[in-house]
Amino acid sequence: MSFLLTCPHCGTREVTDFGFGGEVSSRPKERPTARELNTYAYFRRNVAGVQREWWVHRSGCGAWFLAERDTRTNEVLWTATPDDAPERSASSAEGTP
Amino acid sequence: MTRLAPQPGERIDRSRTVRFTFDGKPVEAFAGDTIASALYAQGRRIFSRSFKYHRPRGEMDWAGQGAGSLMQVDGAPGIRAATEVVREGMVVEHQNAWPSLDFDVMLMSDIAGGPFTPPGFYYKTFKWPRRAWPLYEKALRSVAGLGKLPHRQAEREWRTEYRRRHCDVLVIGGGIAGLSAAIAAAGQGADVVLVDDDVEPGGALLAEGGHERVRALAEQARAAGVEILSKAPALGFFDGLVPVWQGDTLHQIRAKRHVAATGAIEQPLVFKNNDLPGVMMSGGARRLAALWAVSPGTSAVIATTGDRGLDAALALHAAGVRVHAVADLRPDAADRELGAKVQAAGIRLLPGQTVVRALGRKGVTGAVIAAVDASGRATGRLEEIPCDVLAVSAGTAPATSLILQSGAKARYDAATSRFLADVPDGIVHAAGAVAGHEEADAAAVSGTVAGLDAAVALGLGGASAERALAEERKRLQALPPAPPVAEPPAYARDGKRGGKAFVDFDEDITTKDIAYSVAEGYDSIELSKRYTTVTMGPSQGRHSQLPSIRALAAVTGRSLEEVGITTARPPWSTVPMGALAGRPFEPAKRSAIHNRHRELGATVKWAGDWRRAYDYGDPEGEAQAVHDAAGIIDVSTLGKLIVRGPDAGAFLDRLYPNRVSNLKPGRIRYGVLTSETGRITDDGTIARLDDETFYVTTTSSGAGAVFNWFTWWQADWRMRLHITDVTQGAAAMNLAGPRSREILQSLTDADVSADGMKYLDAVQAQVAGVSCLILRIGFTGELGYEIHCPSPHGQDLWDALMEAGKPHGIRPFGLEPQRILRLQKLHILVGQDTDSESTPYGAALSWIVKLDKEEDFIGRWALERAAESPAATALVGFSMPDGEVPVEGAAVLDKDGAALGQVTSARYSRKLGKVIGMAWVPAAQATDGAQVTISYEGRTFTATVQTTPFHDPEGALVRS
Repeated sequence: MSFLLTCPHCGTREVTDFGFGGEVSSRPKERPTARELNTYAYFRRNVAGVQREWWVHRSGCGAWFLAERDTRTNEVLWTATPDDAPERSASSAEGTP
Repeated sequence: MTRLAPQPGERIDRSRTVRFTFDGKPVEAFAGDTIASALYAQGRRIFSRSFKYHRPRGEMDWAGQGAGSLMQVDGAPGIRAATEVVREGMVVEHQNAWPSLDFDVMLMSDIAGGPFTPPGFYYKTFKWPRRAWPLYEKALRSVAGLGKLPHRQAEREWRTEYRRRHCDVLVIGGGIAGLSAAIAAAGQGADVVLVDDDVEPGGALLAEGGHERVRALAEQARAAGVEILSKAPALGFFDGLVPVWQGDTLHQIRAKRHVAATGAIEQPLVFKNNDLPGVMMSGGARRLAALWAVSPGTSAVIATTGDRGLDAALALHAAGVRVHAVADLRPDAADRELGAKVQAAGIRLLPGQTVVRALGRKGVTGAVIAAVDASGRATGRLEEIPCDVLAVSAGTAPATSLILQSGAKARYDAATSRFLADVPDGIVHAAGAVAGHEEADAAAVSGTVAGLDAAVALGLGGASAERALAEERKRLQALPPAPPVAEPPAYARDGKRGGKAFVDFDEDITTKDIAYSVAEGYDSIELSKRYTTVTMGPSQGRHSQLPSIRALAAVTGRSLEEVGITTARPPWSTVPMGALAGRPFEPAKRSAIHNRHRELGATVKWAGDWRRAYDYGDPEGEAQAVHDAAGIIDVSTLGKLIVRGPDAGAFLDRLYPNRVSNLKPGRIRYGVLTSETGRITDDGTIARLDDETFYVTTTSSGAGAVFNWFTWWQADWRMRLHITDVTQGAAAMNLAGPRSREILQSLTDADVSADGMKYLDAVQAQVAGVSCLILRIGFTGELGYEIHCPSPHGQDLWDALMEAGKPHGIRPFGLEPQRILRLQKLHILVGQDTDSESTPYGAALSWIVKLDKEEDFIGRWALERAAESPAATALVGFSMPDGEVPVEGAAVLDKDGAALGQVTSARYSRKLGKVIGMAWVPAAQATDGAQVTISYEGRTFTATVQTTPFHDPEGALVRS
């Protein structure tokens, strides 16, 4: 696996500069059932396609940011700070981060 | 001496002599020689012993692609003597032979073991009795493998670096095609990098009559601004990233477009004793003669399937080598233009014939030539021709590995009986021999096409580039097709007994081994490869892939197309692991006070990334000093974060299971961090400096992870605060013991009396003239002050405290005595006493979880569930009456003898006069006085559980 990512602060770097935070999942707002808690803590959608995910510029400024990446091709559609991230499209099944 | 008269284009400088030693004996070489060319010039033919049978081997391709010339150079194993240029004073030794290259006792495995050591022999044979395997293994390991790594290596003797290079076009391969592509692309304004594994670009033509042409092209490329990396093999293709190894640098090259001009690899013929020193590829013989002006031999026989061998015959003849005969498998060889030239030069041409056996013991003394049928069996008269070099050529195989790794599909081409790579439309362009354009002119034009194609794809050059591309394409199509090559038999043989025919020289795999793997049921090429290890050696299948496919096809009766090709995987060239590892960018960390620990004679050990004082020679005495008088320990390694802002308290409330926001300024609270699953991830203290500022400490190893954890949630929540990691910026030391108050008071105006600074107070004050944050906490169990200050003043503060403490009997103490002290208090070490399954409830920290907190916090839901269903095991203290110190990790058994828990810490405490520890025990036994059974190394001991601290259980001392 090898591709480039653009840190919203520092610019484009090798992916090895970054730490992966996994796909964005929404934390339950209310006390979850045991099943919901398990799903939140242990299960990922693991989509073959575009997913929204967290990255951290580990070897750079240290900032966490969001990205949308196609997991099949590693094509990165965009990266942005959480403040600047585009709203989720209606087709997305997830909630907000 | 077998040095030829000066050759046009030779690489050696005859005016400069370089001296090195080989197996202790001095060797003279010319500057520009390689180790192998210098040794060959002196008459040495055996360069190595083979992997399994210890057969004598020489260099076959003179490009260092196989294992034939691997040697130990200046202590480093596996160096390719055929490509390693000589340096003055280098120490070269042979490998894999004992006592010497010329006489190796392990050759008996060839003579006696041949029929009895088929693939899988060791696994099948050395199974019984099972207990004896370590003995077998030791003996087998000593004779297996190539070269020996030094047992010890001076630290950082060899530094390796990564270099990241982004460019428009990466050209892999510096032959005529690659150079032409680079020039074409650079001419349109592209930023081009060209990598090549030889010491200079030029490729095959350097030794095959085109050195002037390719050297001129290399100059042209440099002038056009192409960055040329020599001695730099490309290792693989990873989603567009190509790692290129060059000496101590691993270039990670990312290009928008790639031109694969990796060439074609001349293939060996498979016949009896085809591995004898003196048997070499026809191109190898030409390299030896042309580049280093070394005569491959005094009399040569050549066996070929195409024009390459005829070319070689003429070249060697012209260089002054006597060529007795050329066996060309093509029946019409004499009718071809080159065939006629060979005969005109006075060389015997034997059309329709090939070599079926090489004669000789330690080197070739002759070749047996015959006509063969399709299966390779000799059909006519066997003719023995004496020679001391046998140059062979079974045509070439395109070096498709890198292209295939980029996603191209392998395809069998019936017309040329080779496997080609079909490059899909994308970022890779193939040029030259790898794309089937082997003749110099065709390769050059195809390179230009690829270079222009890449430039046009990048939008460079405009319409004129597109026109040029169209013209060059036309030119390429107009060129005549390559001359035909005959398909060699899988195994040419004379029908007589004796002699092995190798399909893989690196791994010592014979035609019989392939047949054996089929008989064992491994009849697909992928399975046969794994069973026999064919193509897995240093040459990565360069010389063995096609022969092994032919051998499998012959045994199974399938066609080459049906057998297919194995998956291409990196690395395409062998590479030292150190080059892949690069330079670690997590350097060793040392505190600002580290030099003092050295001066005090500390035992320095690794603790995570840190170099830490483990003890100062007397851990038990150091711990005792803390009880009796005073001790001081450097705790600069603690993670230190400042969380500041109006929301800082609320933020920490969301991260810690206990309350933080109600902490008063100037006060400290212990905190445990949990994950969303309620597991303990870290612990430390939180000091509130003012309304909006919190000073948070973490474990030494958890500093980075906690900072990441905090900033991640902050990125999500975006509260009004900043998180600053001051771990490296602040030094810290813990002054502990009954006399610590007097010592500290003598250095500060702040009131540190029992009333002036209470337990868990945080005070900012000057200590010995240094601005400090003093945290009154008691990890050691005695009265203590954790003093933080800016790192640059750490050593001054340490010195001042040591000086002031001298009359009070202060002693520095290390990590080990601190572990004894904290164990006496049952203070946990996260990661030592807890693991990824530990919750605060199991770890006797349930008091810290405030489920009645109004705010939500990370891990709350999981902890609510954990509170409802008690854990099966609990973390408790224990003591061992019989003085045994159990190993950490020893099992704790339940009543039925099943292991239910484990010992996490154990030490002898001089203060208590007994062995104490912490362990996870069955919940039912987690009560004071319960007896538990600890078992390790087949022995069992009884321990007594204690849930309250062993030392000062009421905490009177820390509060005093």
